[in-house]
Amino acid sequence: MKGQRFVREVMESKQRILVISFVVGAIFLILLLRLWHLQILSTDDYRSMSENNRLRFVPVAASRGAIMDRSGMVLVSNRPSFSLAVVPQEVKDKDALLGRLAGLLGLDRAELEERWSKVKGRAKYYPVVLASNISRDQVEIIEENRLRLPGVEVEMKPVREYSSKVLAAHLLGYIGEISDEEMNRKGYEEYNLGDYVGKNGIERSWEQELHGNDGGRQLEVDARGKVLRTVSESYPTVGNSVVLTIDAAVQKQAEKAFGDQAGAAVALDVNTGEVLAFVSTPAFDPALFSGKLPPDVWKSYLEDKRHPLENKALTGQYPPGSTFKVITALAGLENGLISDSSSVDCRGSYELGNSVFKCWNKHGHGTTNLKKSLRESCDVYYYQLGERLGVDLIAKTAQKFLLGTPMGIGLSNEKPGLIPTAEWKQKRYGKRWFQGETISVSIGQGYVLMTPIQMASMIATVANEGTVYRPFLVKRIVDADGKPLKEFKPEVIGRTGISPDKFRLVKQGLFAVVNEPGGTGGMARLYDVRVAGKTGTSQVVKLRDSKQGTPYQFRDHALFVAFAPYDKPEIAVAVIVEHGEHGGGSAAPIAGRILRAYFDGKKPVQKSTGSPRNSDTEDDEDEEQPPPSQKPRLNGDSAND
Amino acid sequence: MIDRRLLTNIDWMLAGLVIAVCLLGILNIYSATTPYKIVATPYYIKQFYWLLVGMFIALMVCTVDYHVLEDLSYWLYVIIVFLLVVVLVIGRRSMGATRWLNLGLFNVQPSELMKIVIIMTFARFFNNFQSIGGLTVKDMLLPLSILALPALLIMKQPDLGTAILVILIALSMSVYRGLRWSTVVTFVLVTVPLAWAGWSFFLRPYQKNRILDFLDPERSRLGSGYHIIQSKIAVGSGGFFGKGFVKGTQAQLRFLPEQHTDFAFSVFAEEWGFIGCMVLIILYLSLVLWGLNIARRCNDRFGALLAIGVTAMLFWHIVINMGMVIGMFPVVGVPMPFFSYGGTSMITSMVGIGILQNISMRRFMF
Repeated sequence: MKGQRFVREVMESKQRILVISFVVGAIFLILLLRLWHLQILSTDDYRSMSENNRLRFVPVAASRGAIMDRSGMVLVSNRPSFSLAVVPQEVKDKDALLGRLAGLLGLDRAELEERWSKVKGRAKYYPVVLASNISRDQVEIIEENRLRLPGVEVEMKPVREYSSKVLAAHLLGYIGEISDEEMNRKGYEEYNLGDYVGKNGIERSWEQELHGNDGGRQLEVDARGKVLRTVSESYPTVGNSVVLTIDAAVQKQAEKAFGDQAGAAVALDVNTGEVLAFVSTPAFDPALFSGKLPPDVWKSYLEDKRHPLENKALTGQYPPGSTFKVITALAGLENGLISDSSSVDCRGSYELGNSVFKCWNKHGHGTTNLKKSLRESCDVYYYQLGERLGVDLIAKTAQKFLLGTPMGIGLSNEKPGLIPTAEWKQKRYGKRWFQGETISVSIGQGYVLMTPIQMASMIATVANEGTVYRPFLVKRIVDADGKPLKEFKPEVIGRTGISPDKFRLVKQGLFAVVNEPGGTGGMARLYDVRVAGKTGTSQVVKLRDSKQGTPYQFRDHALFVAFAPYDKPEIAVAVIVEHGEHGGGSAAPIAGRILRAYFDGKKPVQKSTGSPRNSDTEDDEDEEQPPPSQKPRLNGDSAND
Repeated sequence: MIDRRLLTNIDWMLAGLVIAVCLLGILNIYSATTPYKIVATPYYIKQFYWLLVGMFIALMVCTVDYHVLEDLSYWLYVIIVFLLVVVLVIGRRSMGATRWLNLGLFNVQPSELMKIVIIMTFARFFNNFQSIGGLTVKDMLLPLSILALPALLIMKQPDLGTAILVILIALSMSVYRGLRWSTVVTFVLVTVPLAWAGWSFFLRPYQKNRILDFLDPERSRLGSGYHIIQSKIAVGSGGFFGKGFVKGTQAQLRFLPEQHTDFAFSVFAEEWGFIGCMVLIILYLSLVLWGLNIARRCNDRFGALLAIGVTAMLFWHIVINMGMVIGMFPVVGVPMPFFSYGGTSMITSMVGIGILQNISMRRFMF
């Protein structure tokens, strides 16, 4: 019995072992499946996690491209700036090191401590900048004492350098540390916090070309963040350079001509739309903006009534004043309301309904034809023409010049100006158009607004008799070695469709403005080049009578638009002097100096062997130079407008 | 001392499997410790010495007929329980836990010895126990008490891993002996509330943390959950073929915790990939199945029980360690037998192998 039971028990045990063996096998299979899941199915995830574990990226900023004028003269470049940095993981005795640095370099110990304390929470292999912008002497001292300064590094960082401090500050713009808002902007996906980007002007518009590609070092670190070796290194590639259409000589003269007056000037190549000068004054110092702007400087910029931070050429919208008479005149000619023979009798004022509109010359201009109306800027001539045309016909002609829309110069925030119509007023104010308002529009006051860019474009289109070019600032993009990458061609964005003979009638009047006795723009005259132009006054407030004692901010803006040479126009220019009061007196001389600088630069032989102008195909053509006229003189009675 | 006949009966399969795993282990320890700055003897050399010591001890265990162990078992049980008490009172601190006993020349870890002694004790108990149709709840009361005393003492040290192992070994032997279904059900009904009570009153905060971290490794990325994540990254990034010997970045850059001991398998999996893991798992599976085979071939109940116990001990070590490394179990600090670096683990495992060899060699002697 006992033996039997024993045998049965043994049999049962053996069966149980069989079952246990299967269970064991199953459990091992589960382990194997788990390994399959980790090592085969999810291996890519884990592999990248292990790479992230061990690899750290330390970026090296690319050197920013330069900005040059049309002849290749460098306007903005980089200069090396040295800073003192420390790699925390290599520093054993922090206090001793900081003390030594303070002693050797004459730095403030407390400031070093403060900078060091910012290290907390950052990876220990990442260099901490203890002092930026150190001198070359200090760099040398560091190099000499290298062995006593473990973990200390001298970092070289390119910093923006402006060849001549305030040259075209608004146009070039400045750079600064990328903002959170910019980080989320399209096209900025590759940027990292702390990167420098263009904030304004060309620096901003051409950021993608100028920036270059940042390089960096991929470091292998162990579990404690200690750097073991450099796995790979990519060198930064220098950004491309931007060659502007700007002529530095013209730009410089234009800026100088303003003196300390506020205003803007835009000079265009009549036959291409290239912007030769782009001025907004007073300017700011762009170099100050890339670092930490001293608060007092910032405050002084903000408090300056002349608004140095504003880019007046791009965003300033002014009533064009009498310069708009060019449009009104062309509208009259186009619609057959006037001709070169028709004339109007100006008695110093014009009555419409119950209102009386005064001519600037209260004595009146007498019998006035088109040419005289432009030369002497007779208001009454345009009052009656405007009344006959109506605002919509004036607007129609203005729109053929693409006024009232941004010209697309390629800088952000360009303003559109405003060309009013009856429909526009209805929409905007819910009120019908009054004829009296047309009277204002006909002499460029009232609702009409234009930017200096538009004024320049307008006069350029008159000069070339009907072609509207897009004003553009960038001629080409070149790489670091100067090899051209992109070339920008002139772009026709509109044709007025007005016949050349009508333009010629207007141009004759504009020539008379500058060159004939009684003309309002005599101060823009050059002795060797025939200049044509138009003065203008942009009303700020309706305080026409008290002229002497008007406070600065209520004084009228002075305007002048011009082109030259008269017979074969090359350059058009628009100048506005804020609160300069008289177009002929304050704006025309500036225009004259801009033109002077342009034509001086074109002379084949020059004392100061200037850089050759590389784009002017008409350079070697023999130009018919008009006989040197008399010295420019001030037309005593016509300086007013 | 050794019977000539016995020599001819040496279980070469058993010895071969163990030595194969040990050699892989030494190779792996070499790689796992290259990033360490070693001043004295390198770990892999030391592990080789431990292998020799272990083989010698296994040989010693072989020489004594395992039936002697039956008589010794209860005495040993009493001595080790006593030592566990001593360790609690005057043990020296190590790894934040009191586990070691300094015996002058060398340190002894009584909890480690308990793994072997519980096997012997349970084998003797079940050998003499008469039951028909499986063990009842009442039958289990005494053995569970025998188990509970050392288990609680070990848990108190605290050494959760060893406590769990001691319990698993004893339970595995009970299952082999045969449990009634009613016993299993009652057992579950009692343990679940007990586990809850244990969680609430018994577990130390770090033990609770380990379990919580296991359940949710993201809970504290740089806390103890960090170990599980880093280990999974190591294993997973190994892929099919592995990164190559001494080329595992997780191991070489020391992202792994205790990578030459508890996480040695992690290093291996990273460097040898799924292929290598499969080889190692097959070796281990063969070892366990062979142990079961020895139990099956053994003609006396005590021997079979001993063999089952030793095999269970190896099996649970392997499963818990591997499960821990690949993120299936919480981190409980259980080494991989013959594979992880460590003298204690090597000696305990080799004593077990000695017992298995002993049983295997004497299967014809009845």
